[in-house]
Amino acid sequence: MTARLQVPPGRVIGRARTRVDGRAKVTGQTLFADDIVLPRMLYCRLLRSSVPHATIAAIDTSAAEAASGVRLVLTGQHFPIAYGIMPVSRDEHPLARVKVRHVGDPVAAVVATSEAEAQEALALIRVTYGPLRTIADPEDALAHPDERIHDYGEGGNIHRLAHFAFGDVDAALAAQADRVFEDVFFYEGNTHLALEQHAAVAALDKDARLTIWSSTQTPHYLHREAARALELPAHRLRVVACPNGGGFGGKSDPFNHEIVVAKAALLTGRPVKVTLTREEVFYCHRGRHPTLMRLRTGVKRDGSIVAMDLETLLDGGAYGSYGPASTLYTGQLQTVTYRVPRYRFRACRTFTNKPACGPKRGHGTPQPRFAQEVQLDKIAVALGRDPADLRLQQIAPADSLTANWLRVGTIGLRECIEAVVERSGWRSRRGTLGAGRGLGLACSSYLTGAGLPIYWNEMPHSGVQLQLDRSGRVTAFCGATEIGQGSDDVLAAIVAEVLGIASGDVRLVTGDTDLTPVDLGSYSSRVTLMMGNAAIQAAERAKALLADAAGAKLGVPAERLAFQDRRIFDVENPDTGMDFADAVVAAEVKHGTIGASGSYTPPRSPGRYRGAGVGPSAAYSYTAAVVEVAVDPATGRVRVPKVWIAHDIGRVLNPVLARGQVEGSVYMGLGEALMEESAFRRLPAHLSGALVHKMPSLLEYKSPTSLEMPEVETTFIETADPNGPFGAKEVGQGPLLPIMPAVANAVFDAVGVRVDEVPITPEKVLRGLEKMKTGERGRTGEERERGEIRVGPTRFPDVPWPEALLVPPPWEGGDGRAVHETRRTGTTAGEGGPRTSHPAPRTSGAPQ
Amino acid sequence: MKTRSAKRTRPAPADRARIALTVNGERRDVVFDTYKTLLEVLREDLGLTGTKHGCELGECGACAVLMDGHPVLSCLVLGVTCDGADVTTIEGLADGPDLHPLQAALADHGGAQCGYCTPGIVLTAKHLLEHTRRPTREQIAEALSGNLCRCTGYLQIIDAVEAAAKTMTGEVA
Repeated sequence: MTARLQVPPGRVIGRARTRVDGRAKVTGQTLFADDIVLPRMLYCRLLRSSVPHATIAAIDTSAAEAASGVRLVLTGQHFPIAYGIMPVSRDEHPLARVKVRHVGDPVAAVVATSEAEAQEALALIRVTYGPLRTIADPEDALAHPDERIHDYGEGGNIHRLAHFAFGDVDAALAAQADRVFEDVFFYEGNTHLALEQHAAVAALDKDARLTIWSSTQTPHYLHREAARALELPAHRLRVVACPNGGGFGGKSDPFNHEIVVAKAALLTGRPVKVTLTREEVFYCHRGRHPTLMRLRTGVKRDGSIVAMDLETLLDGGAYGSYGPASTLYTGQLQTVTYRVPRYRFRACRTFTNKPACGPKRGHGTPQPRFAQEVQLDKIAVALGRDPADLRLQQIAPADSLTANWLRVGTIGLRECIEAVVERSGWRSRRGTLGAGRGLGLACSSYLTGAGLPIYWNEMPHSGVQLQLDRSGRVTAFCGATEIGQGSDDVLAAIVAEVLGIASGDVRLVTGDTDLTPVDLGSYSSRVTLMMGNAAIQAAERAKALLADAAGAKLGVPAERLAFQDRRIFDVENPDTGMDFADAVVAAEVKHGTIGASGSYTPPRSPGRYRGAGVGPSAAYSYTAAVVEVAVDPATGRVRVPKVWIAHDIGRVLNPVLARGQVEGSVYMGLGEALMEESAFRRLPAHLSGALVHKMPSLLEYKSPTSLEMPEVETTFIETADPNGPFGAKEVGQGPLLPIMPAVANAVFDAVGVRVDEVPITPEKVLRGLEKMKTGERGRTGEERERGEIRVGPTRFPDVPWPEALLVPPPWEGGDGRAVHETRRTGTTAGEGGPRTSHPAPRTSGAPQ
Repeated sequence: MKTRSAKRTRPAPADRARIALTVNGERRDVVFDTYKTLLEVLREDLGLTGTKHGCELGECGACAVLMDGHPVLSCLVLGVTCDGADVTTIEGLADGPDLHPLQAALADHGGAQCGYCTPGIVLTAKHLLEHTRRPTREQIAEALSGNLCRCTGYLQIIDAVEAAAKTMTGEVA
């Protein structure tokens, strides 16, 4: 790794450190949810639907209730209240009440004195299903609107529809473009595959208050939704987020099993644990949406974009989950990398009878990024331009607005491209590597935290409290959740940097709704920036109290004091000073008990149209990658010997952890690019014709091992973003995004075959090589014109797009509002009961 | 629908096994239901939750422990077959308060992110270094190819094992 350090490191920030929770992790002492054992604990197992779509005609639990060791059997009748991560999509019940919507949908729960007894009793429950037509995929969903999976949405099996026109795209394509490129891409679904299977324990404490310990990335949202579903006052419920054994977005929803064990603890008065099997984790899913995309881009002769027109069709699976946000993320971030003067974006999310899709690392954006970056490669080839130059000539300017009203602040994309071009030898090696070898380049951008919370409110997104005492102890309290990304280390390091102590000196209490101020959770790459800024504010306030007291005692003006190496001293006379602990004593004498808090709310975005809530962020990270591939023409297998990647991280807080996030992203991106897929198949008719997951196990769901992992050369570009803590932007998700298109572009460079979908499996590469032999040059006129040898989807189905929301871009006299707001036709989830009304959001954005 | 293929029918109360084994250098007598795997005996009956599980089907390597000096997937070993065995788990690696060089290196080099695969990695790598004092990066990758990690992309794990090998051979203090 080489870090291009433009900003000198602090005493803590920017220096390579052993993470503060490192020791616990390497000794096996980190307490994950399934490691919790409580006296008198009961065990819960869930009975899951064996059919993909059916009404529940009857459930007979009598035999299970009488079975050995069984203490409680629950069904949907125990759970009248719907829940869901997004207020507009509360369409889940902890156990199905009326119908099941996918194989694996839970219908009953058994609580027993042992896990084995609970499991055995599941077999005694008799469920009578009334089969319904199975909706297998988005085309099926569009073709069969009468067999509705849910009774809300945009009609039929359409969950969400969006249509934005940021300027007149058709006019630009007709009048200004020298060439218009149109391609259809498909991005297969895939899953997080966190190594830790979800687990939760619920128990009543001595005062009859309920606690849920869970492997959740979002304790605050679980707190809200569980309290709602259980009809408990929220202050009677405590949610503790255990360190997650990997999350990647897969533990961001409130889950049925969490609410089930909570209910069981309430009813039995005993602790209740549930641990999912690997197969059940595949049913929880919330992974990448399979997405079909049609992208039309009009360019000038030199490849400059004049307008872009994107349609996306998402396979949402059986529930809403984060779907309303996911839908908009398949388009809203397409404008922050390159100048796009006009942009039209249409998106449709359908319900299907498969496990619900949701947020996986990159949330909704890897799919359109793949489309855009592969198409740019095609444009470069067609126009005879170097793909790197084509991008360099039209990078979005810093401190500018995009056509869809996102505010780009710092942008180090040019430096990222230049770094990977230089380090990979792009200009000299490309085209000289020999048969079957090639280089591909792609770029991307990602949010540093979503600009709006999941439910509309005006409160801070993150809060940090500090407590100091006369021993010199500093404890930081924050609702942030450690999922492996290093949020604990960031919190400790920032507090330590400000107070002049070591990161290991800071005691942490995190992710506990009873003890810590709210942080919205570990999603959207928001923690470092939001928690970090809150931590700086809290630490600066504590520092002021210490400086005031220490200054008085030392006879030095407070503003002349430095905090360093556990000492507070006069910068003009460093011998005049005192130990940090003595300064806390002095401050406690002068000010009483020392506490300080800080909070953070991201800046308001200029977009005012409905839907403008998805996409804004305090800062965008940027990435460029060059991938080298070696394609075996006999097997179609793609090997990746090396990846060069450069990431605009704003500021590196801990080089060890930052590098780990980049390499982990490259790894996960290569899995998505080459092998990972959540594929489904129908059982033969004599076996019910059910739609089942093809590979719900770690063995069959292929992911890269240590043997597939290439060498990775990482460069950090430090743009010191003014909105970031010490200038930092995100690093956890962005570096994943260029990998898939870079692999596709490299495969083309290597063998001349365009695989316009992921994963790029050996079968697809071979199919392309076969077409090359037979001289098949694409089916559409345009493909033939381009002489493209291509494997991928050929058509985009008819979608009943609504009327466009016309939003003039900033340079066409817009003010961020739509010209005329059309009324929404869709309905929100909620079974009968009165809908919670929310004050009208200032941004009139779709809830995000 | 069968959701937990690894679980067998609960045996009659009489169907309990009693074995004696050495765990981390200490002799332990343990009585447990005969269907249990070594993984379950370690976690549930001996309280050693440092050993993790990711699949219970021998696919992920998270549950790797050393049995008579060899790495085994404890989810595939029946507890009743462990009578007299010498088992080392992650809890047995540190020397008092001092971390094993592999543990220290994984913490220092970013080899543990979420930490869930880490115990299995440590024990698998320990076996490697006992038999190959200075392995190449390829040998390390080969040895760890049965241990899935979703966080790191493996490279910092391999760095850490290399660094630990240097420490253990005295090349670096």
